[in-house]
Amino acid sequence: MEIKEKENAPTNIVGKPLNRVDGPAKVTGAARYSAEVPLAGTVYGVLKTSAIAKGRIKSIDTSRAEKEPGVLHIFTYQNLPKPAKTPQQVEKWRAAQSYLPMQDDRVQYAGEPVVLVVADTLERATQAAELVQVSYQAELPIDSYLDPKAELFDPQTIQSGKQPGHTERGNPQAAYAGAPVKLDATYVHAINHHNPMEPAATLAVWEGNDRLTVYETTQNITGSQTALLDVLGLPRDQVRVVTHYLGGGFGCKGSVWPHTLITALAARAVGRPLKVVLTRKQMFTGVGHREDQEQNLKLGATTDGKLLALVHTKKATTSPWDNYTESNSKVINMLYACPSFGATYELARANVMTSVWMRAPGEAPGSFALESSMDDLAHQLNIDPLEIRLRNYADHDYSNDKPWSSKSLKQCYARGAELFGWDKRNPTPGQTRRGRLLVGHGMGTATYPVHSAQGTARVRLFADGHAVVQSGATDLGTGTYTVMTQVSADALGLPPDKIRFELGDTRLPTAPGSGGSQAAGTVASAIMEAAQDVWAKVVKMAVADKKSPLYKAKPADVKVELGRMFLAKKPAKGETLVAALARSGQTDIEGSASGKYGAGYEKQYFEAADSDDKKGGNPNQEKPGEKQGQGHSMHSFGAHFCEVEVDPELGTIRVTRWVGVHGVGTVLNLKTATSQLMGGAIFGIGSALMEETFRDPTYARYTNSDLASYHVPVNADIPDMTIEFVPETDPYINALGVKGIGEIGIVGVAAAVANAVFNATGRRMRSLPMTPDKMLEALRLPA
Amino acid sequence: MNNFSYIQADKAKDATAAKRDDKSAAFIAGGTTLLDLMKLSVENHDQLIDVNMLPFRGIESTKDGLRIGALERMSDVAAHPLVARQFPMVAESLLLAASAQLRNMASIGGNVLQRTRCGYFRDTAFPCNKRNPGSGCPALTGDNRNLAILGTSDACIATSYPGDLSVALIALDAVLTLENAKGKQRQVPLTKFYLLPGSTPQRETVLEPDELIVAVTIPQTEMARRSKYLKVRDRASYAYALVSAAVGLEVQGGTIKAARVALGGVGAQPWRCFEAEKALVGQPATEATFRAAAEVALRGAKPREHNAFKVEMAQNTLVRALSEVAAA
Ligand SMILES: Cc1cc2nc3c(=O)[nH]c(=O)nc-3n(C[C@H](O)[C@H](O)[C@H](O)COP(=O)(O)OP(=O)(O)OC[C@H]3O[C@@H](n4cnc5c(N)ncnc54)[C@H](O)[C@@H]3O)c2cc1C
Ligand code: SF4
Repeated sequence: MEIKEKENAPTNIVGKPLNRVDGPAKVTGAARYSAEVPLAGTVYGVLKTSAIAKGRIKSIDTSRAEKEPGVLHIFTYQNLPKPAKTPQQVEKWRAAQSYLPMQDDRVQYAGEPVVLVVADTLERATQAAELVQVSYQAELPIDSYLDPKAELFDPQTIQSGKQPGHTERGNPQAAYAGAPVKLDATYVHAINHHNPMEPAATLAVWEGNDRLTVYETTQNITGSQTALLDVLGLPRDQVRVVTHYLGGGFGCKGSVWPHTLITALAARAVGRPLKVVLTRKQMFTGVGHREDQEQNLKLGATTDGKLLALVHTKKATTSPWDNYTESNSKVINMLYACPSFGATYELARANVMTSVWMRAPGEAPGSFALESSMDDLAHQLNIDPLEIRLRNYADHDYSNDKPWSSKSLKQCYARGAELFGWDKRNPTPGQTRRGRLLVGHGMGTATYPVHSAQGTARVRLFADGHAVVQSGATDLGTGTYTVMTQVSADALGLPPDKIRFELGDTRLPTAPGSGGSQAAGTVASAIMEAAQDVWAKVVKMAVADKKSPLYKAKPADVKVELGRMFLAKKPAKGETLVAALARSGQTDIEGSASGKYGAGYEKQYFEAADSDDKKGGNPNQEKPGEKQGQGHSMHSFGAHFCEVEVDPELGTIRVTRWVGVHGVGTVLNLKTATSQLMGGAIFGIGSALMEETFRDPTYARYTNSDLASYHVPVNADIPDMTIEFVPETDPYINALGVKGIGEIGIVGVAAAVANAVFNATGRRMRSLPMTPDKMLEALRLPA
Repeated sequence: MNNFSYIQADKAKDATAAKRDDKSAAFIAGGTTLLDLMKLSVENHDQLIDVNMLPFRGIESTKDGLRIGALERMSDVAAHPLVARQFPMVAESLLLAASAQLRNMASIGGNVLQRTRCGYFRDTAFPCNKRNPGSGCPALTGDNRNLAILGTSDACIATSYPGDLSVALIALDAVLTLENAKGKQRQVPLTKFYLLPGSTPQRETVLEPDELIVAVTIPQTEMARRSKYLKVRDRASYAYALVSAAVGLEVQGGTIKAARVALGGVGAQPWRCFEAEKALVGQPATEATFRAAAEVALRGAKPREHNAFKVEMAQNTLVRALSEVAAA
């Protein structure tokens, strides 16, 4: 297929390390997070959650609590207003968990909401919740897939029907059986919790009985809106969801959870704005988690290290209702040039809430298995770990036989190796010492797919030279406000302080949620398209305006770059959009458009090319003339290089050096992008070395649901990190060539650390997190 | 969390009398242990008696040693030149504890009385003999990774004191000054202050309900000066000890004249290792001696499913700490 590449839009401010435009509001407290929105008459709800994981509620005694001053309502399953439909009755329930608690006397997981106490102050509601007496008839719960009572089953599909539960390509079993080199290893991943700094919160305000506004902590306002209107039985325009600022989410705010639905139902009966904020402890049983899981990976290869087969199986815990599990196999299927591949999933129902996507769901644990096994293969065959990856470099995507839209992985490997000094690595494990400590070097590959998404944006350019740009996206705190300001500035040729970008309200044009690393690419694309709508309108004005240098030009001959219209063949002849608009006497002009990201963008681009469509409203659209092809496989790629120090007597592992180099298409803002990739790596180091939630096997209840005992990395755990990007142009992704960066940073990190630990000690750690007890145990056994 | 009333005591007598008269009251200093447990409804006090105005302050040399007022803050004590120079293990045990913010709030008296981090204790949905005597101990077969292997009982295997400072204090024969509602003071050595769980894990110290901790006094010795606190944890900072060792040595001509050894994270209470000290004294200050002493120290350990690693880790930590002090 011959494809003439379309250029990415020219940039000026895009890419610059602009400081966060919302920074001053955040540091001065002017930025209101959802739980901080001041509404007169707000009352406070406190949830009391179940003390057992399975059984029935025998009785709920609210008599003492009711007598407390300030108590307004006490909701239980007996008096909570009924939903129009429960999630399980909704035909296409899109949120993670399809079970809504407080509908009957049954309890199905520890920590599920049982009582909601509403009072005029938080303190009074808290005290009253304490006084509500709930007695239970407890039954023996199942705690995980490891529980002897648990039954593993074949789910057929996973991620609640969104992904196949079986994949097969080539003849993996036979290829593995016949492979001269075979590796067979099992990897264990602990339960992880997202633990964003900002807890989940819902502030629900009804106007009458049929109009609801919810100030919500969500990464996906439209998703929350959809779930709410399904449950409340309202038309879409009568439920408004607002999220102006988020203090992180990592996936746990990408879905609607019971507390939000319960708060909305209760608020209607309360008749005043009702606010419910989960406590940190409730965050462990309120908004999902990364499930406990183990993966078996069989790897067959030739004696010179070329992959012949990869056979992957995963066992994991899921909830009583949903078949959610991360799809670990996708990354294993596509990362290397491996001719055969097989994957199956086995799940077991336990008394736990439905787990949910957590930063790089599937890719993070999947890459731990794959990239650890690749390191094993390299060691066994005495080949450098980087070299073994180059020998298996996939020149196209073997999982779907498509060409890559762009791939700079070789450059990432090379630059990373150079920055790290990989050539100085001692290939023999256990040989490098620094005082008492063993030093090791490891690497891992990162990748993350470009999901297909679309969203809309509205651009209103004012004749006085400023613009308001709107899209119903969210900003997790990662920089959406900032990068979209930059994109808008370039699209309109205005300085960034003349742009106000608004997001986080379902009254704005609909955009996808911040999940799957798709928001930046989609919203940027939508802004570009909406700006082009404005361009087309202004160009039309200009060519009809005697005073314009473009008077009488054909619109098709006019190009627009950085806010300036000019004749493509005579660039000196032109003027700015704002100048033409100002002369027209119009105060402002508005454009809106839907923008696409990923496969959808590519398809639209091909179709436009095919249909020779000039009305498209895009003066820059060249006519590439190529046929619509099979499309591309779209991924970001990167490489991590890691140094660890292992204390062989104490078992502690510390990461002492880190280099990450990524190819992610156009970088919208060097500062926020670097922070994203750095944050991803730190997140991965957390899961590699310390993050673990312990679920008691008898009670199916967590024993460490607080941030003193659920360890995430602190500053002392993280060395100075070097993060770089390799320049990459991708014409198929979206107008700006932007790939997502929210998740790739964590992929391959745990393996890079484990590989460094292997290099340091000669011990292969296959169970995350690699805590000192596990390291000591491994060191006790012969290498 | 329940509602409570709050009073501020200006005199020790007011505080202790209020506490004597109200069985459900509690003293509050920094509040970093107390408020946490109240928010979890693990402790339910109807009255808090703020003791921060009491004159239990000062860090000074006395004839009995270094005297630290019970209301001094962890951060101030750690930074005090006398402590840093003469009692390095005490300064280190403070600096390696908690976070900077917590150390700024937390008092020395409160630190000594901090309570276990056993996850079952801290969640009222679980049974727990310490919190609810007679209800059972789910930690025996559950999450016991960070619980004790020495001095435990079938009723409770918690590291009842999970912190650091008392490990150093107990190693150095520190003495607490207590005062009751009658205004009477008594001296209790740390080694006699903590109680083992036995069949009454709810009883943790010999402190009487109406008693306040006034001060702690640490004898000034060569071993205090030549000492170290080594802490092993799941992350590099801001975590409780998996195991820790507080050691002090007096070495003359390569021979150990006197030794102080205590362990944290492994004992039902801060664990003074008298037998290990005996195994050190009179021996050459060599790794072989340290290893032998470490084995003695962990003799009788009773590990469970998830904390068996602590035996080896504690031995290695002790050997490391002793080696480093000997080499210093
Ligand atoms: C997240 C976290 C991490 C921590 N990590 C560590 C660590 O790594 N190492 C470590 O050693 N500690 C650690 N701690 C514990 C911390 O050191 C203690 O909470 C603190 O020292 C308690 O002091 P306080 O003044 O805040 O006590 P408070 O909470 O005010 O009181 C604690 C108890 O002591 C009683 N009390 C206080 N003062 C007196 C007195 N003068 N006389 C009699 N009774 C008194 C109170 O009634 C209460 O029962 C951590 C705490 C937290 C919350
Ligand atoms: S170890 Fe002690 S504190 Fe923990 S559950 Fe058992 S009795 Fe309670």
